[in-house]
Amino acid sequence: MLDQYQMYEKKDTRSGFGAAIAELGAENEKVIVLTADLAGSLKLNDFIARFPDRFYDCGIAEANMVGIAAGMTIGGMLPFATSFANFLTGRVYDQIRQSIAYSGKNVKLCASHAGLTLGEDGATHQILEDIGMMRMLPNMTVVVPCDYNQTRAATRAIARTEGPVYLRFGRPKVPNFTKPDQAFVIGKAEFLSHGEDVTLVACGHMVYKSIEAARLLASEGISVELINMATIKPLDEKAVIDSVSKTGSVVTAEEHQINGGLGDAVAAVIAREHPAPMEMVAVHDRFGESGKPDELMRKYHIDTPDIVRAVKKVLARK
Amino acid sequence: MEIRELEKIASQVRRDILRMVHGAQSGHPGGALGTAEYFVALYWEVMNYSLPFDMDGIGEDLFFLSNGHICAAWYSVLARSGFFPTEELATFRRLNSRLQGHPTTAEHLPGIRVASGSLGQGLSVAVGAAISKKQNKDRHIVYSLHGDGELDEGQNWEAAMSAAHFKMDNLIATIDYNRVQIDGPIEKVMDLGDLWAKFHAFGWDVISLPEGNNMEAVTETLKEAKTHTGKGKPVVIIMQTEMGFGVDFMTGDYRWHGVPPDDEQLARALAQIPETLGDY
Repeated sequence: MLDQYQMYEKKDTRSGFGAAIAELGAENEKVIVLTADLAGSLKLNDFIARFPDRFYDCGIAEANMVGIAAGMTIGGMLPFATSFANFLTGRVYDQIRQSIAYSGKNVKLCASHAGLTLGEDGATHQILEDIGMMRMLPNMTVVVPCDYNQTRAATRAIARTEGPVYLRFGRPKVPNFTKPDQAFVIGKAEFLSHGEDVTLVACGHMVYKSIEAARLLASEGISVELINMATIKPLDEKAVIDSVSKTGSVVTAEEHQINGGLGDAVAAVIAREHPAPMEMVAVHDRFGESGKPDELMRKYHIDTPDIVRAVKKVLARK
Repeated sequence: MEIRELEKIASQVRRDILRMVHGAQSGHPGGALGTAEYFVALYWEVMNYSLPFDMDGIGEDLFFLSNGHICAAWYSVLARSGFFPTEELATFRRLNSRLQGHPTTAEHLPGIRVASGSLGQGLSVAVGAAISKKQNKDRHIVYSLHGDGELDEGQNWEAAMSAAHFKMDNLIATIDYNRVQIDGPIEKVMDLGDLWAKFHAFGWDVISLPEGNNMEAVTETLKEAKTHTGKGKPVVIIMQTEMGFGVDFMTGDYRWHGVPPDDEQLARALAQIPETLGDY
């Protein structure tokens, strides 16, 4: 089953967002795009060229941008507020909490350059806590697509959904392996393979790493059920429970702190509904550093061999 | 409406504020009492709004309260102008009430379009709503009210810069310049310096309202401010009020920012403020 996921080409997930936002601009005149002096990094150039009157650069003032986006919904606009994940979450947490989440505003927070794979800019910019912060907020939906095609589909899907959404994507060019015209359903997990021995749940850049790991494990006779969990909240609990009921063990993989992210979300379901051995592949309570994306994933133990090791460890605990 | 009639409404609003805060034994009477004239002028004489309440407010003026803690005044005015029954004022700050300690959309109280309470966010929201009006080619005005102490929050100045940059000339912000905040006089806690010069430098059309507790002055200034819209600049009214205005032992005293009156203080206060529309 995994054989179908060939790496056609490498593309950045942020460009999937940029492509979708330009499409949405053409389809819906209520779509407004805001940024905080990062239009190029967010791949907004096409949207800006085609819909200059619906683009607002707020300068380097993310708090104000978040408030403006909340206000724009009054009157029926559909604002997409964009920045780096670091500046669109931790820096403006209270503004998101009060003006968007608590106020129930239909704002889409679209964050690029999430995680370690931002690379050389280092730890000040490499947020690894954003999924945790955002999923704690009532009313907030959290979506973490895995490649260019899925980011494009997810961007289009969140436009169709009423309410606040945090969409997380990244900077580096990574394998683009999902289908170009896929249907993205918020809150629905996608089974990339069916297996008997272990459930592997991944999101974002870690999904392709998990495919690589599952192939290596298959060559050793270990059968992996791989779930692409692109919606962290609301979590597809049924998918997790059904799979773990069958395999009896679970590993999660994410480009995030071990606290607060996908692993915690899955662990809560497992602990409550179907206790089973579990391992988490994530960054272990430390800040990142400058380096190339591949080097950082290796050093911080969120790489393919780390997933393989975690699977073997969890199988030994069964 | 005659100024005398507006003053009667403001008198009842002040009674409502005091009785609500006393009833809850919590809340913020000082700023609420000081802005009664502003709220009454806005809702009875200045704003074009329609009922029943509609969140999007297309084709009508909008109002945002940034310094949410003074919401007792706003709740009273909303009830007295028909947004919800006046009896509901008795539920202020109590369990299961739509009248939360700070305003929220979560309980669906008519009249409220965004939560406020954590300070400094309202001007950004008002700018966004003003942009939305421009996008909709809706020529109505967005009003907002802000505390002076609240201007310590940097987000206000981000918003002020952006309102001028985006030429939000359909926005009339008012600063409740009562010169006190929780910890004391603003020049002691955090000096705002020359507020007029600051807004002017940020590209705003600045209007002075030295008599913010004079109903005629407030009404006339708000009406004048309307004539300043549509000229390429956001408009700000620096409205000088007295915290606790209308009650002699509260007027100008920062210690009444967030303290409820006890039974004896309530009786003394109400004796100074005529009941005009009937207590809730």
